[in-house]
Amino acid sequence: MAKANFDTPALQPHQETPDLPSVKPGAMQHLKTFPAKPLHNENIGYPGELVDGWQDKAVKRLGELVDGSQALRVFLDTCVKCGACTDKCHYFLGTEDPLNMPVARQDLLRSVYRRYYTFAGKHCPKLVGAKDFDKEMLDDWYNYFHQCSQCRRCSVFCPYGIDTAEISMAAREVMDSIGVGQKYCNEILAKVHKIGNNLGLPEPALVDTLEGLEEDVEEDTGVLVRFPVDQKGADVLLITPSADFFAEPHIDGLIGYAKVFHQAGIRWTLSSHASEAANFSLFIGSGDNLKKAAMRIREAALELGVKRIIVGECGHAWRVAYSFWNTLIGPFDFLDPKYPAPQHIVEFTYDLIQRGALTLDKEANDHRRITFHDSCNVARASRMGNIPGGQFILPREVIKAAANHFFDMAPDTIHEKTFCCGGGGGLLTDDLMELRVKGAMPRMQALQQVVEENGVNTLVAICAICKTQFAKTLPHYQFQGDMITSLHEVVGDAIQLGAKE
Amino acid sequence: MILSVIFAILFYAATLLLIVGVARKIALYARTPAPLKIPVTPAPLTRAGVVWQMTKEVTVFRSLFFSNKWIWLFGWMFHVALALVLARHLRYFTEPVWGWVVLIQPFGKYAAFAMIAGLAGLWARRFLVDRVRYISSLSDHLMLALLMAIALSGLAIKYLSHTDIVHIKAYMLGLMYFDWQPLPADAFVLLHFALIIVLMVVFPISKLLHAPGMFFAPTRTQVDDARERRHTAGWTAE
Ligand code: HEM
Ligand code: SF4
Ligand code: SF4
Repeated sequence: MAKANFDTPALQPHQETPDLPSVKPGAMQHLKTFPAKPLHNENIGYPGELVDGWQDKAVKRLGELVDGSQALRVFLDTCVKCGACTDKCHYFLGTEDPLNMPVARQDLLRSVYRRYYTFAGKHCPKLVGAKDFDKEMLDDWYNYFHQCSQCRRCSVFCPYGIDTAEISMAAREVMDSIGVGQKYCNEILAKVHKIGNNLGLPEPALVDTLEGLEEDVEEDTGVLVRFPVDQKGADVLLITPSADFFAEPHIDGLIGYAKVFHQAGIRWTLSSHASEAANFSLFIGSGDNLKKAAMRIREAALELGVKRIIVGECGHAWRVAYSFWNTLIGPFDFLDPKYPAPQHIVEFTYDLIQRGALTLDKEANDHRRITFHDSCNVARASRMGNIPGGQFILPREVIKAAANHFFDMAPDTIHEKTFCCGGGGGLLTDDLMELRVKGAMPRMQALQQVVEENGVNTLVAICAICKTQFAKTLPHYQFQGDMITSLHEVVGDAIQLGAKE
Repeated sequence: MILSVIFAILFYAATLLLIVGVARKIALYARTPAPLKIPVTPAPLTRAGVVWQMTKEVTVFRSLFFSNKWIWLFGWMFHVALALVLARHLRYFTEPVWGWVVLIQPFGKYAAFAMIAGLAGLWARRFLVDRVRYISSLSDHLMLALLMAIALSGLAIKYLSHTDIVHIKAYMLGLMYFDWQPLPADAFVLLHFALIIVLMVVFPISKLLHAPGMFFAPTRTQVDDARERRHTAGWTAE
């Protein structure tokens, strides 16, 4: 672990949730994520550098966005500054910077909107806190709209459901439109458009990796478990985050999916054309890019002639798939109507378990004492199964079917009240490490309690971003980085291969 | 009787601004497309489920209850009292007075005090809680001051100046039927009326739009059926 030039927040002993901080204005003013290079912006359809007349252009773009979004229009008008959301953001709790309070973050945009688009803001700006969109404001936007992981926790607690995520997406789109982009998101998005995945992993490398995996698994288990790519006529197209192809703990999740498919006897395939579930366009609020990146998946599904599309463990990708695919790349009338389109891998595994199609040996996981981290986008922006809240039930049921020791964290920190891992929303970059570590604090506080009380040694998640983020931040809080485990690694370890052959 | 005329004109103008202003806003909220499905989940799977969810939000401030007990307590007290007070005021606009309005009169009397207590609690938070102090702008204080002043001047009419409400009622009915009557020239009555006119005028251009606005927040009003029903609107319908 590199030496950090900031202090990791202290965890409180025997406490489920963090103490309420008092505000420290400017505490995170210094943190600026790396700006995109001109090429990064241009590759995804934005001007390379800050354009001439950027003030007017930004204000105009903001107006267009508000005209096209009921959410923005309503949210910008309705906030009463009641303050209910002020203590709900993990970044505020971890950094104590008041501009990380959801309503204050919204107000960075709202004050500009008011200045240019409302009667009160045009005529008495001081009275209603309306402000010009000047360089100082642009800097605040850049810093603080890149300190929001768009996790929607604030929205759950707001009496009007005001979702700061929508506002920070809009702010990033406005900034992109005047040539002020973020390197991390924009660079990655260009790779998806060009190559098909966030890693920029071309087809031959992908095939190689998967062949290597087949050999590893055969060596481990003595069973040939296939990892097919571009297999025409397969039943299932698996769309998974590309992190699953190469890094721990992600790859063990991929092995778990393959074992599940193997034992269920279902023909599946990956696609080299659409080898990425992630769609960072969501984070930068770009409709055009969102649709363009998603379209590869429709193309791949048609090309391969599959009957079902299943999505691997990835939080925001599941949001995009569950909530947006039907709108953007539907209708899915070419898929088998017996199954939801798309379906989450956890829904798939859960159904197999219900039908007794998997042979699971729970004792294989007896060394694990497990807790589950609800990922924001799964918890608050999607569903699994056919009842509200299925996204909380199904993953836990799958874990319990595959392992004996399961313990939930405190109720105020799970399900729809879950705390973000601290790395979502396009912030999973080393230049934001201070924010990521501090933002992880509330989750770490809740984790510490189950570690102390229940001896938990395994933190299971179903999101590539959460997994990477925890692997990096757990050590800052004196936990083992390898506590973080893919849900399907737990499943994979319990599957008795050969039992059903 | 110049005052009666001035106030009559102001009341008409304010009513017009309020109705036209709020109607325009509602039309704007309703017409602006929601291109994507963004309900905050877990969300209801049916329209009826959404109606039930919103009913709880409006009547008992459900989310706020789970969010912050103090804001909920003061906020809910203020709004319920406000609703009662407004309902009670209907007796100035109806002849004969509707039965249910008569029934609630005794509760309405105490509602003004509850309203003031609620407002005082909300206002105190704006000074005492550093997070809320940070997000409060001048207009947030002024809005509370305005409502507080309306409530206090109302009480003053009742307990200090003992103005004959028969005259007030005659004036209000006169406004409604364009048969103007003299306005009782009591300082508190004039103050109360002036403040209400201000409230009516600022309603459509202020955060008071939360009342109509909350019914159009897609995060709360959309049905969670993205996979079952293909949704398109705005740029996703192009
Ligand atoms: C559909 C009807 C309404 C609903 C459901 C509603 C709901 C709420 C809620 C949940 C809050 C936040 C909690 C609080 O601070 O009290 C609030 C705040 C507020 N409401 Fe309403 N409201 C409604 C109508 C009105 C009306 C008609 C007025 C005034 C004429 C009003 C005035 C206010 C004010 C001034 C605040 C801010 C209080 C503060 O500064 O802390 N509301 N409302
Ligand atoms: S909870 Fe909602 S209404 Fe209250 S301050 Fe936060 S965003 Fe505004
Ligand atoms: S969406 Fe999440 S990160 Fe953004 S302000 Fe709300 S709570 Fe904070």
